[in-house]
Amino acid sequence: MLQEHAKIVDFISTAEGVTGRKKLQKMIYILKKIGMPFQEKYEFHIYGPYSEELTARVEELCDMGFIHEQKEDKSSYVQYRYTVTDEGLEFRNALGKPELADAAHAVKLNGKSARFLELTATLLFFDDLEQSEQIAKLHSVKGKLNFTQAEIAEAFAFIGELRQ
Amino acid sequence: MDYANQKLAEEKVFKDPVHRYIHVRDQVIWDLINAREFQRLRRIKQLGTSYLVFHGAEHSRFSHSLGVYEIVRRINDDIFHERPEWDESERLVVLCAALLHDLGHGPFSHSFEKVFNVDHEDFTREILQGDTEVNSILKKVSAEFPKKVAEVIGKTYANKQVVSLISSQIDADRMDYLQRDAYYTGVSYGHFDMERILRVMRPFEDQVVIKSSGMHAVEDYIMSRYQMYWQVYFHPVARSAEVILRKILQRAKYLSGHGYKFEQPPTHFLAFFDNSFTLKDYLALDEGVLMTYFQLWLTERDPILSDLCDRFVNRRLFQYVDFDPGKDYKKLGELTQLFERAGIDPEYYLIDDSTSDLPYDFYRPGEEEERLPIHLLMPNGDIKELSRLSQIVDGISGKRRTDYKLYFPAELLIDGQKKEIKQQILELLREGGV
Repeated sequence: MLQEHAKIVDFISTAEGVTGRKKLQKMIYILKKIGMPFQEKYEFHIYGPYSEELTARVEELCDMGFIHEQKEDKSSYVQYRYTVTDEGLEFRNALGKPELADAAHAVKLNGKSARFLELTATLLFFDDLEQSEQIAKLHSVKGKLNFTQAEIAEAFAFIGELRQ
Repeated sequence: MDYANQKLAEEKVFKDPVHRYIHVRDQVIWDLINAREFQRLRRIKQLGTSYLVFHGAEHSRFSHSLGVYEIVRRINDDIFHERPEWDESERLVVLCAALLHDLGHGPFSHSFEKVFNVDHEDFTREILQGDTEVNSILKKVSAEFPKKVAEVIGKTYANKQVVSLISSQIDADRMDYLQRDAYYTGVSYGHFDMERILRVMRPFEDQVVIKSSGMHAVEDYIMSRYQMYWQVYFHPVARSAEVILRKILQRAKYLSGHGYKFEQPPTHFLAFFDNSFTLKDYLALDEGVLMTYFQLWLTERDPILSDLCDRFVNRRLFQYVDFDPGKDYKKLGELTQLFERAGIDPEYYLIDDSTSDLPYDFYRPGEEEERLPIHLLMPNGDIKELSRLSQIVDGISGKRRTDYKLYFPAELLIDGQKKEIKQQILELLREGGV
């Protein structure tokens, strides 16, 4: 059980902090889809793939004092920033510092916007479909977000890059 | 008449302890119930290992699936029928989705999925859309119909009212399992006034809402859910059995990968051990098959596998203590080393386990929450989120409760061997926190 907690701490530490719950959800999902050993179970929710298990794990890590959650008020909305505490680093190291294979992935993902990650994660959720069906499904479940062709093409290119 | 609208010559009924009767008139539903993949659900218990604590809890996913179907059928045919906000053409797809929503569950799903890294929802989708009896029945409705049913179950269907009936914070799935599990476990929690809730459910825009006059019935439902999770679903002894079950499968997989020669070849598991399984392999498993292997493995040469099977089959479960990982993870490290020195493999005999639940949550504007709240329909037509009006629900909204336990075989620590080390283990376990 704690190994799974340590992987999340390791990811947030490698990404040098994560801003936004949605972003964290989508990044872990994308990494899981490209074969990283995350165990969190995902289902399709309002913003696309979402893991209740991940939400619980992050809340637990905050309660344990291994992750610090900072609420940032952005006037029209609120977002949360997660950083790893010194105790969290000690915890991760005590559990044998789980390797996420490619630290560059964490940084690369963290550099993307929540909107782009939502798009990428949603396309990956439907990756058992033909590309044209994948795009049709994206528009059907995310119609309100009006993703452009250019954004979709960028997301497919990004998936290809991650899978290399 | 086309297959989608074909009715049985006479209504069929199943006697049911929760809903009294399950009513079937549609030929499609009758055919699906008789499909081999649906009949398989008779051989999978709804509550996994809970029967080792609540001996009545032997009911199957088959009866639960029928129950969810019956609730959705009543909502469709009695409550939503002829309401302009409800699209009547969705009737068959939502009935099929209700009946088939758990189709991909395997034997002791929770443990099995963890060890073999599979997801029952993927199997549900595969059964609906692959080469199966269920698929051939659904395809007779239309070529696109299996996909539509899969989308409802996968929550990606365009009509969100349809999805909400099967999967939301107040859905037919939960309403059935709370009552059914309460009935079969014999506990007094889990009961609520479902009749009242059904009468006040309304289709509204892209969701299903509850008339505000039914708020107290919904409060009762949420409290029932809260009680059932902590008194039944997260029972620490049932979790002990679950931990042992997981370790049996993990050990068998480990042995297979390390050249161990089983006295009884684990034929049914081989494709899962080397990750080459197909849907056919998965459907060949049920709890009878797993229990047979556990019986056979009682006499295996590997002492860990045979011991774990003995513990599960004969209910010699692990003991447990409360554990606070935030404070005690270092002690867990010490305990792991001490177990090794005592000759007890900590990988199989010292297991930390956590479980948590969020009884109800609501969407906070501007935050990135993912749970659709329960909305009440006010007499003036306004919509209000439940916890804004209900103090009881407000009291537990958004409050997650987590429970951590450390499981271990108590009798191995007092068997007189390596006494000194085991004494240190017992002292650490007795210390505050652990």
